[in-house]
Amino acid sequence: MKATVLVRPKQGILDPQGDAVGSSLRQLGFAVDEARVGRVVDLELEGSDPAAAREQIERMCRHLLANPLIESYEISLEGHDE
Amino acid sequence: MTQAPRVAVIVFPGSNDDRDAAWALGALGADPTFAWHADQELPRDTAGIVLPGGFSYGDYLRSGAIARFAPIMEAVDAFARDGGPVLGICNGFQILCEAGLLPGALRPNRTLTFVCRDVPLRVERTDLAFTARCDEGQRLSIPIKHGDGCYFADAELLAHLEANRQVVLRYDGENPNGAVADIAAVTNEWGNVMGLMPHPEHAVDPLLGASDGALILSGLVDAAREHALVAA
Repeated sequence: MKATVLVRPKQGILDPQGDAVGSSLRQLGFAVDEARVGRVVDLELEGSDPAAAREQIERMCRHLLANPLIESYEISLEGHDE
Repeated sequence: MTQAPRVAVIVFPGSNDDRDAAWALGALGADPTFAWHADQELPRDTAGIVLPGGFSYGDYLRSGAIARFAPIMEAVDAFARDGGPVLGICNGFQILCEAGLLPGALRPNRTLTFVCRDVPLRVERTDLAFTARCDEGQRLSIPIKHGDGCYFADAELLAHLEANRQVVLRYDGENPNGAVADIAAVTNEWGNVMGLMPHPEHAVDPLLGASDGALILSGLVDAAREHALVAA
């Protein structure tokens, strides 16, 4: 089963990478107010139970993939998105 | 003459200040030894621990995020929870935050540039082992060299840290990385674990330009000596 985790800097957290990307885009002439840069983790999991997979990925996020103090995360399971 | 206390310097793949830390600790009267990240146990008679600077596991994911799961970290955690003195320098600070042994997190510098220079620091409290050799309000000059040194705590955590006096060092004058409240070092609630972004191990010999780091590291060595007596 394939899954994707999107990890973002939380709202209000200083994101210098996003700021640098935003100002580069503005320099190129794009009308960009703000850019935020996060991280994508693509996973390939064993098993086929979406509920179990989601529960497992939640644990992965809390333990390693995201730091809850500074980052938020979103999980999507291929073919099982509500 | 009391025996030199054994201080373990934990070596992760990508640590690069481990040898400097060990050299400095030896010069300040400790018996430094190395512990490898894959070890399950600390060296015999470990009475103090340094988590050194560097780029453990390439800083992949987030600085310190992967190192916190190294096998040795269970022993470090147990040692810290038993009251043993633990000092995390730079990457070591990041690892201690990720491991939950210290509050807060370290984010990329506000400027996105790697900063490498001596910075002035202000000592906020001296009733801790790590700063017992300093005076309250003393100005120290110790080098920093990091890309991810922007200390972050949300408003609630920051208020808690200030109320508990867990901020030990602040940048004095210009803030080099965007850290909240100019924080350069924090301690845990019990005062036996401290993390700091500046590198005291690079400032122990006046011949090399600065020796204020010796005050901090000597504090750790003193605490290790005391811990060895308690443990004996």
